[in-house]
Amino acid sequence: MKKINKIKIKLNGKFIKIKDKTTLLSLIKKLKVPIKKVAIELNQTIVNKKSLGKIKIKKNNKIEIVHFIGGG
Amino acid sequence: MKKVDNLIIAKKKFKSRLIVGTGKYKNMSECAKAIKLSGAEIVTVAVRRVNIVDKMKPLLMDYIDPKKITYLPNTAGCFNSEEALRTLRLAREIGGWKLVKLEVLGDKKTLYPDMIETLKSTEILSKEGFKVMVYCTDDPLMAKRLENVGACAIMPLAAPIGSGLGIQNYTNIKIIRDQTKLPLIIDAGLGQASDATIAMELGCDGVLVNTAIAKAKNPFQMALAFKNSVVAGRQSYLSGRIRKFLFGTSSSPKEGII
Repeated sequence: MKKINKIKIKLNGKFIKIKDKTTLLSLIKKLKVPIKKVAIELNQTIVNKKSLGKIKIKKNNKIEIVHFIGGG
Repeated sequence: MKKVDNLIIAKKKFKSRLIVGTGKYKNMSECAKAIKLSGAEIVTVAVRRVNIVDKMKPLLMDYIDPKKITYLPNTAGCFNSEEALRTLRLAREIGGWKLVKLEVLGDKKTLYPDMIETLKSTEILSKEGFKVMVYCTDDPLMAKRLENVGACAIMPLAAPIGSGLGIQNYTNIKIIRDQTKLPLIIDAGLGQASDATIAMELGCDGVLVNTAIAKAKNPFQMALAFKNSVVAGRQSYLSGRIRKFLFGTSSSPKEGII
């Protein structure tokens, strides 16, 4: 059986391990995050939601997924 | 009497002059009900990380429909220009929001706005096409400078955020009212409905309230009280108050006294 390489990334401030060559789109889908209701940053740069499927996550990437919550 | 008296911000018309915050409520349904009772058409919202672990947490958008109520993304909690710009750019990305509230704080104890960072951020955001409503001190000079760099609304504090002290400096608010045609909205520090009436009677175009409603013993009744107090204050302002006299002037005619 082929060994699946895992890489360490930082998601919303926490280190997690994901499969190598995962795209941002598949990560978001796996997390069951409603794409229309969030914004995504990769290494402090905002990602255009249309290009999520084209971006492969690399080792040590910092990803932030944010949404609106109650605030003053 | 003026038939239509809308609040106009960045060319958008609103019937209600009360803007409410969506923070500090016990839960989402309490927040949604209070907003409904307040009649507010604009609510401030914060940008925060999605809870990856607990996905069952209720979402704001499930309770307050952004198609019916205007979401005003706010930079509450940002302490420098960079953080504020990042937050609002992300907010725009969520759903194309261009009307935003800028709030750059300078001190953790007083939560006073850092006006140098605020001014800098207002200029950058305006150039990027944002319509920026700016939380600021009640300093008329700074208010003027914000206007000069493209702010679409001036939002001076009544008193520190969440303090409930009410308007502390009537004179400055009146001076700012006199010098600007931009929407002037009192933001922060109101404690009870009458504070909103005073703000409106000073000539403000609207008020923004969060804590005074959310933390009242009965938030629903307080939401209603604020709704009414804003309307009362606006009508009172438009009516033109009487002159003040030092001595009494009787209300009944002297003629025909028996």
